[in-house]
Amino acid sequence: MTALTETNGATMVVERGNGSMPRYQIAIFLALLALSLAAPFFLYPVFLMKVMCFALFACALNLLLGFGGLLSFGHAAFFGSAAYVSAHAAKVWGLTPEVAIILGTLAAVVLGFVIGLLAIRRQGIYFAMVTLAFAQMVYFAALQAPFTGGEDGIQNVPRGDLFGAISMSSDLSLYFVVLVITFGGLLAIYRIIHSPFGQVLKAIRENEPRAISLGYRVNSYKLAVFILSAGFAGLAGATKAIVFQLASLTDVYWSMSGEVVLMVLLGGMGTVFGPLVGAAVIVTMQNYLASFGAWVTIIQGCIFVVSVMLFREGIVGVIAKLIRRPL
Amino acid sequence: MFELLGIPPQALFGQLLLGLINGAFYAILSLGLAIIFGLLNIINFAHGAQYMLGALASWVLLNYFGINYWWALLLAPIVVGILGVILERLLISRLYHLDHLYGLLLTFGLALIIQGLARNEYGISGLPYTIPSQLSGGQNLGFMFLPNYRGWVVVASLVVCLTTWFVIEKTRLGAYLRAATENPTLVGAFGINVPRMITLTYGFGIALAAFAGVLAAPIYSVNPNMGADLIIVVFAVVVIGGMGSILGSIVTGFGLGVIEGLTRVFYPEGSSVVIFVIMAIVLLVKPAGLFGRTA
Repeated sequence: MTALTETNGATMVVERGNGSMPRYQIAIFLALLALSLAAPFFLYPVFLMKVMCFALFACALNLLLGFGGLLSFGHAAFFGSAAYVSAHAAKVWGLTPEVAIILGTLAAVVLGFVIGLLAIRRQGIYFAMVTLAFAQMVYFAALQAPFTGGEDGIQNVPRGDLFGAISMSSDLSLYFVVLVITFGGLLAIYRIIHSPFGQVLKAIRENEPRAISLGYRVNSYKLAVFILSAGFAGLAGATKAIVFQLASLTDVYWSMSGEVVLMVLLGGMGTVFGPLVGAAVIVTMQNYLASFGAWVTIIQGCIFVVSVMLFREGIVGVIAKLIRRPL
Repeated sequence: MFELLGIPPQALFGQLLLGLINGAFYAILSLGLAIIFGLLNIINFAHGAQYMLGALASWVLLNYFGINYWWALLLAPIVVGILGVILERLLISRLYHLDHLYGLLLTFGLALIIQGLARNEYGISGLPYTIPSQLSGGQNLGFMFLPNYRGWVVVASLVVCLTTWFVIEKTRLGAYLRAATENPTLVGAFGINVPRMITLTYGFGIALAAFAGVLAAPIYSVNPNMGADLIIVVFAVVVIGGMGSILGSIVTGFGLGVIEGLTRVFYPEGSSVVIFVIMAIVLLVKPAGLFGRTA
């Protein structure tokens, strides 16, 4: 993990303690919150909800990749299976959206436990290949399982009434629910990163043998962060299914796993705000270039190449270096 | 005709042959991945895209230049291999001092670009490639019908795999290669140009993938996405076999292809996931892979 260390070195050094949030980070969070509260009155709410779902998804992966040093190339498995479960729960079982989302998240947690248990038996490059392979297995399962609707996916999922009382049929009311979920998820991830648990994770990322020799059960930590990351990815996927009223094979396909890795890489691995920026940039790009077909793939490939060759800290990583503060 | 476990032998041996052919592609691709990983320490995510390029090159050679299958079998790997050499020199070689993961991310980006360009140019419907006339038709073996071309694919890939194994394990060139895998600095100190060897190794690994692509062109139609899903299965094959041994890669590739073919006969629903299930079992029992060395 030496290179990842290099990437995060700048942020690591200036970090003081692990107690409360530094004042400027609180300011950024508040600014983001104000921005998100105002945004739906200027921009299309469904687009914004998509950005938020992917931002949460990217932050979930960043928890694993940026802070645990583990590159999962199969996070679509958690995102997609949670989407399927929550869509099924809302449509077929007729449950309220919050219960459907919770069930979807739980499904991702269980899947994260199983895949994580196997994947942490290999390191580095093999870890990436193992997660990718298991995600492909989930994809094939979704293709054939009786309740996923095969190529069609689960369509026309009802948005339902929140707590059985508040109708979610208007985009705007759903927007604020998604906002609460996203910010709740982000703050939870922030708390995890800055907890003693998060510090041990960083230690494992920097030097695994030393962490072992200090008496930490490295594998338990890795499994725990894998499950947490899968859970947040599931939360994002389950919410996405309710927002778009759709769970489809795209959500579990490897290209989805690649996209979220790209968001984290572009925004800045191991930064708090990087994945948000990465997700916003990529989703916006997809939105505007959707009519150009395969060009989206080509441009994403180019961003990958440019990011890896010239830009390994990512957008937020570069800014953090300039202002010499961890972001 | 006799029956085995209620399955007509035609179906059984037909699927077995198909499994063997898939296994041949797994073997060639995982072999290339293993050789590249040994020397470059990167996992070449673009391997599937380069396999597709091999098939596409043979189609372009036939349709635009009138160059037949046999010349394509030689030319396509060379052309794609040269492309690999250029990519290695321009991009990949700048990442060797970094974490392995960056190599994976870079080649993933390259795969997206290659597949996207191919899709833009040729669509996703698939381009037909006719079997060369010398290999059309087939043999009736009594218990099954063997199309000549399919037999040729199995034989040709076995020959290529075993030749590669022989060159790496038994010749002087291979000895340099194995030495550079163990300790590139020391080999460089003995006056061998290691960077050039790395470049050529990458080119060779890519050429192998392209060769598999040409072999595959008449069986599966040429499709920009043909390598994308295949490469993930090959990753699982590599995890199962471990990348420590050349012969191990070959045996694992063919073996898993056959197992997949048998699953298609006895439990068709499981055929697309059986390799991943085997991977899970191997990870539980022998995490380093069947032929892998524990780091």
